[in-house]
Amino acid sequence: MSSLNEKITKQIQATAKSMLDSGKVAAFLGYTKGTLPGTMQPFVARNAEEAQRLCWNSFCVLNLANYLPALLKSLEPPRKRGEPPPEGPLPRVGVLATGCWSRNMVVQIQENQIERDRVVIVGISSRGMVSRRKVEEFVGFQDITSIDEQENSLVVKGNGFEEVINRWDVIRDNCKTCIHPDPVIYDELIGGLSGDRKIPDRFRQVEEIESLTVDQRWEWFQKEISSCIRCYACRNACPLCYCPTCFVDDSRPQWVGKSIDEVDTSLFHILRAYHCAGRCTDCGSCESVCPMGIRMRLLTKKLQKDVFELYGFEPGLDLDTPLPLSTYKMDDPEDFIITDIKKGDQK
Amino acid sequence: MNPYLPYQAVIDDIVVETEDGNLKTFRIVLENEREREKWNHTPGQFAMLSIAGKGEIPIGIASSPTEKGHLLFTVNRAGVVTTALHKMNVGDPIGVRGPLGNGFPVDSKLKGKNIVIIAGGFAFTTLRATLIYMLEHREDYGKITVIYGARTPGMLLYKEELKEWEARDDLDVYITVDREAPGWNGLVGFVPTIAGQVKPSPENGAALICGPPIMIKFTMPPLEEVGWKDSQVYLSLENRMKCGIGICGHCNVGPVYVCNDGPVFTREEVQRLPVEF
Amino acid sequence: MKPFVVEKAQLGDLIDALSKEYEVFGPAQTDKGYYDWQRLDGDRLPEFNNGVTKSSIKTFFFPQPEVLFEFKARANEPDAFRLKEPQCDSATTLLFGVRPCDARSVTLNSMPYANDPYFQKRVSDTVIIGLLCSEGCSTCFCKWIGGSPTGKEGMDVAAIELDDVFFLEPISEKGQQILENVAPVRSPLEKEHEAAEHFLEKAKAQEGTQDTASTLRSKELMHLYEAGFWKQVSEPCINCGTCTFLCPTCYCFDIQDETLRGKGRRIRYWDSCMFPLFTQHASGHNPRGDKLKRVRNRFMHKLKYFPDRFGPVSCVGCGRCVRDCPVNIDIRQVLRTMLEL
Repeated sequence: MSSLNEKITKQIQATAKSMLDSGKVAAFLGYTKGTLPGTMQPFVARNAEEAQRLCWNSFCVLNLANYLPALLKSLEPPRKRGEPPPEGPLPRVGVLATGCWSRNMVVQIQENQIERDRVVIVGISSRGMVSRRKVEEFVGFQDITSIDEQENSLVVKGNGFEEVINRWDVIRDNCKTCIHPDPVIYDELIGGLSGDRKIPDRFRQVEEIESLTVDQRWEWFQKEISSCIRCYACRNACPLCYCPTCFVDDSRPQWVGKSIDEVDTSLFHILRAYHCAGRCTDCGSCESVCPMGIRMRLLTKKLQKDVFELYGFEPGLDLDTPLPLSTYKMDDPEDFIITDIKKGDQK
Repeated sequence: MNPYLPYQAVIDDIVVETEDGNLKTFRIVLENEREREKWNHTPGQFAMLSIAGKGEIPIGIASSPTEKGHLLFTVNRAGVVTTALHKMNVGDPIGVRGPLGNGFPVDSKLKGKNIVIIAGGFAFTTLRATLIYMLEHREDYGKITVIYGARTPGMLLYKEELKEWEARDDLDVYITVDREAPGWNGLVGFVPTIAGQVKPSPENGAALICGPPIMIKFTMPPLEEVGWKDSQVYLSLENRMKCGIGICGHCNVGPVYVCNDGPVFTREEVQRLPVEF
Repeated sequence: MKPFVVEKAQLGDLIDALSKEYEVFGPAQTDKGYYDWQRLDGDRLPEFNNGVTKSSIKTFFFPQPEVLFEFKARANEPDAFRLKEPQCDSATTLLFGVRPCDARSVTLNSMPYANDPYFQKRVSDTVIIGLLCSEGCSTCFCKWIGGSPTGKEGMDVAAIELDDVFFLEPISEKGQQILENVAPVRSPLEKEHEAAEHFLEKAKAQEGTQDTASTLRSKELMHLYEAGFWKQVSEPCINCGTCTFLCPTCYCFDIQDETLRGKGRRIRYWDSCMFPLFTQHASGHNPRGDKLKRVRNRFMHKLKYFPDRFGPVSCVGCGRCVRDCPVNIDIRQVLRTMLEL
């Protein structure tokens, strides 16, 4: 284990233990060691003993904000539908937050999914998370038996091989282009802040696809989602997808078919991306959880670029800036609305 | 033999049962004469009604096997398929897949017993089938008691038949509504309350209870008070079904499939199952 | 039965010959990097990695969507809304390089699907040429669960990869027929026989003797159901369908009618008990609306209800769910806990 990760782990364990012991929080949401190399499991510690199982490394790829609304609800005393919540403060949850996770929490607060005073946010500046798939690719998809993380490298062992990989080579795409690695809101901080990063070509992957013709783009898209099995891991791992009934589950009317038919699958991915526009922080959870290797975050990244260019907005940076797609301003750009078509004109 | 293929049938008659129009009884006749003759079911079984383009729904068969030539289904309008069914007319085509499930053991365990039928709301459908079957084979059974209640008089099913049964002297019929209502001269009170007043004797008895889970929950204490045992009580469970033949996995309650091992279980069996229904 | 061998250099010719009668599929690397089932021919050869393919072979027996019936959906047509069985597609399929765990899954799935004509037809129309494993990968555990890396259950031919050849042992009549009538196979040499024997002996030495299924059958159902460990197991679950859809022995499905421009079809497609909608009643009541109930139900079904009803455990130890669960819920841990309860 890298000494940096060890240090952070110990601090997380101590912070969680003290918050749980003092009753400041009823539960602490973090990660614990998984059963496979390069895998961590989201974990809720509810007492000092469980807090010792908390752990931190570069494989914590799921956005913890995803669990917050349900966890907060589960800690409330049970009550009948329609009954108002009881008097007095409700139990709080401690949660780890990197840059993108904390930005999702800001969006969750703005969208009334969680209450600010019920979460105790422990911020950690992110050094980027490693993509297990990139590590697998690096060793030619051979069976990996252990991954030992050092300061800036990974020692990957398997049956008959041992490789040392430069950490940055296998960092996730979204982390490589991240410009806000620091948590934007926090109640406590572990480690220091590293400041915003400057990445001039952070939308390069999107621009590459934009440069294709319409037909080529459609072909790229169809090929990318051809392996989709409609497991909805992407949707379920996303902190933005909290609709009680998702549009793919509606039956009256049924908007989207449920099998892996191409049209239905395309609809699912396109519509889900649009629902994330102006709200997605590119945390990469969707891509990290997809078992079939679909890079659906390229769709949301494109929308992120569009929102940035049209509204000058980046989601989750502060609690007071309203989300552009749920507010109306007189000077909102509307050049995509066709008001006048002259014969022979083509847009 | 393809177990997913329904028999082709046609809607022969539609009767609106309740005042709010949400419950209709459909009389359905199989098209093929051979299939019509061959059809035989046990009261308590259900069938999948298939509407091509909409889907299938599992509905208890409300007619007794002794009512030959047609099948009756009383359907509540709830979701996509039932709404489509309610919009259909006499003469429209429909598919029937069945009979499915296990039914009440009318020819085995229930023979010779004193039968108590307790039903609430629109769960009375398969018990109508059972009651008519038993009345057709009256000597095979002992005393028959019927306790049936609905929210209001307008929500009672089979109103004409209820009157006929009340007039018979070879069965005891107690019809109740939840609250007082203008023009209603019968019993008033929830089904469990009436069961507590009737106090049916458990001696050589078998109780067939169908209704919403909450009604069953409150009906058991008054019965237990007069000595009913769980092995004497038969329940009909409901769950989301798709294939109806125990494969697709939707209707399982623990280790049993409601469509195939049920829907009829004794309360003793139900007590041993996880509460997942 | 009489075994054969095929030179590795002539594998392409063999696939070509088989392609004349069958649609041949085998594992190969996809452009996303992982290995999965692809259509093979003389030019596209199978590529074997040490481990299982990304998805299981259930898609060949249980495709999605599978058309159960077709019908006309316009009221004025002569036989409108009458369900008709679809035209049989008579193509026969050959799967080359199926691991013992996947081959065994077909036998296990046949138990609940005994009366399903669609499934049974595909089983009889498909040839399975299995590839025995020399050792497992870090996520598979077939030895624990009633299977074996050299198991031949469900195969028509069992293949062993040796240095220069594939040793082909027919297991069923169908397999024997195929090998006898196809070129470029030949009889094995003495040393090839020995190499195959050696392979099997080496693998047998690694076998376990646990009878997990009967231990699970002997446990009391409610004791397992009411155990306290389910809360911790189910807590990280995000209720996606990854485990159920990649699993070779998860077989639940949903049936829906779809209509488009006057034509209709009743299809079935894979459904997952992990989705809350799985048990949702039209009234709004949901018996397994709680995440813990759903997660517990899946493991109880595979490791208790199924063996109680049919005998073996409904899991072949392929490890796909272990490898791909986004939150690392590990069935091996659950199994270990259940065995110790």
